[in-house]
Amino acid sequence: MSATPFPAGPIQRCAGRAVVVPGDDIDTDRIIPARYLKCVSFDGLAEGVFADDRSERAGDHPFDRAENQGATILVVNRNFGCGSSREHAPQALMRWGLRAVIGESFAEIFFGNCLALGIPCLSADHDAVLALQAAIAAHPGAILQLDLEPPRVTLEAGGDVQEWSLSLPAGPRRMLVSGEWNGTAQLVAHDGELRATASRLPYLNGFAAA
Amino acid sequence: MSAGTLYDKVWELHRVADLPSGATQLFIGLHLIHEVTSPQAFAALDDLGLSVRHPERTVATVDHIVPTTSQARPFDNPLAEAMLATLEGNCARHGITLHGLGSGRQGIVHVIAPELGLTQPGMTVACGDSHTSTHGAFGAIAFGIGTSQVRDVLASQSLAMGKLKVRRIRVEGALQPGVYAKDLVLHVIRTLGVKGGVGYAYEFAGPAIEALSMEERMTLCNMAIEGGARCGYVNPDAVTFAYLKGRPHAPAGEAWERAVAWWSSLASGPEATFDDEVVFEAATIAPTITWGITPGQAIGVDETVPTLEQTESDERPIAEEAYRYMDLRPGAPIEGLPVDVCFIGSCTNGRLSDLRAAAAIARGRQVAAGIKAFVVPGSEQVAAAAEAEGLDAVFRAAGFEWREPGCSMCLAMNPDRLEGRQISASSSNRNFKGRQGSATGRTLLMSPAMVAAAAVSGHVADVRRLVAAPTTPDLEPASTRA
Repeated sequence: MSATPFPAGPIQRCAGRAVVVPGDDIDTDRIIPARYLKCVSFDGLAEGVFADDRSERAGDHPFDRAENQGATILVVNRNFGCGSSREHAPQALMRWGLRAVIGESFAEIFFGNCLALGIPCLSADHDAVLALQAAIAAHPGAILQLDLEPPRVTLEAGGDVQEWSLSLPAGPRRMLVSGEWNGTAQLVAHDGELRATASRLPYLNGFAAA
Repeated sequence: MSAGTLYDKVWELHRVADLPSGATQLFIGLHLIHEVTSPQAFAALDDLGLSVRHPERTVATVDHIVPTTSQARPFDNPLAEAMLATLEGNCARHGITLHGLGSGRQGIVHVIAPELGLTQPGMTVACGDSHTSTHGAFGAIAFGIGTSQVRDVLASQSLAMGKLKVRRIRVEGALQPGVYAKDLVLHVIRTLGVKGGVGYAYEFAGPAIEALSMEERMTLCNMAIEGGARCGYVNPDAVTFAYLKGRPHAPAGEAWERAVAWWSSLASGPEATFDDEVVFEAATIAPTITWGITPGQAIGVDETVPTLEQTESDERPIAEEAYRYMDLRPGAPIEGLPVDVCFIGSCTNGRLSDLRAAAAIARGRQVAAGIKAFVVPGSEQVAAAAEAEGLDAVFRAAGFEWREPGCSMCLAMNPDRLEGRQISASSSNRNFKGRQGSATGRTLLMSPAMVAAAAVSGHVADVRRLVAAPTTPDLEPASTRA
């Protein structure tokens, strides 16, 4: 379903249309119901994204509305992605086409899972998120410009430019901007440090006195 | 900033390196895997041409997708069978121990690791499952991770992590009869909110916590994540050591004495400082039950569904969504609400003491007409122990089904699920919309004893009346009579 390539390398900005999924505490069971987790690959997950919410809304869910097709930026409210640690949730969102998320706050594991895929989760305060959502509703199909340094989002429509500053903790921001968000190689490279740590852990060394 | 807490000590000990991003590379002492979140991690490892760095520090079991009626292979569901076969292949190829079906050690990953003595104080524990917070009951720093991080742990036995703040949750006094660790944790989440713990580790402390058994501490820490806290823990003490002694992977002989000395040194000392502290009074907590669609939407069984006026303004939209979804009226009593399905089990409440508490209510009573009630032990060891003391017979005589171990209807990845708009009384951990396998199914979370009380009453009932009352087959709370 996704037309754009998956994230790779340094991620400094992102541009595209936005899809707004309103509501606090949207959990990962809603983002991808458990029955879609019966798989040994993430490939087919896009079809399950928000599956139950979408069937309940019978075509009127934000992910089904015509004006939101091809959107790359998801805009949510508070504590998005709470609950299960399933990486299937950001995988499904990414495979649907999303490359960034803006919201008031995110559940921690979800934030980290997104980061590991190169998907920034940026925060703004309550009023700013509501204003951004209202602006998107007022200008369907408008293109958002999202920057990570400094974190901000701009919406340009009808000659009018609106901008909101966003926040992204320094560590994750450095990882995304430098392209080191997929850090397995970096972890593996610390062979000596890993050995040193293992050698001082009492439970790996017969609880011998340190 | 916290200092001198168990969290700080364990964090420092496992610090491998400071990464350019500012994150810490943290060594993972125990890595647990299962069939749902590991296959893609092994595939990614292959893509990178990497091997498993410490196969002896990763332990596998199968739990989420296993049927609980017949566990004969191949499973009826080909996708479930493929997932287990993939796990078996990956474990064999990388030299990882798999506690499979019929091994005597299979079960829910958060039940088997403690019962095998794998989980120990002072460890870092990671697993591709949010309820990994369970293992904090031992004074371990234990947290759920995603599949990309499972790949990282397989490849390097470490993770890039940011340090959390520490909030001490002090619980004074003692829980009243009929009130369990489940009620306590639901009360904490109800009070602090489902996002109150984001950015924090929860240290549970105080007299009411010290009085809890290890299994109760596991129930408590298990649901820290439902309060937004990625990990929760209890300082190790004599209760912890007594539980561990003699377990297959626990230290033995002289190493045991050295281990206890080290474990004891890890507890947050009197000099420890915390980023935040909240105090609760255990005696004021009633049997607690969720009425809505988040674990924070909980009330005492003797309370009524909160009205919008009783709800904080920013919680009102989700309260309104919950009224609609649950088909509950604001101000309505929760006691007496009819249920369709009663589920006892899960990583929250599928251990022996949970089954004992539920059996004590079920003994000599009958599941009410029209209710499907079933018990899913958390592990093969729990099942064997329960059967040895006749709990299976108690449940069967009362009209409960006695099943094989697994995650079952907690998340309904196996054939156990709600149908249509059925409403369940469930000892599990999540009441999210659609969680138990039906997009319109409804879940009421409560303690196992409360689930048993609901099963024999046919509706939500205050277990304190059944605990106190003599066992008679026709006992019903007065409030539900017409």
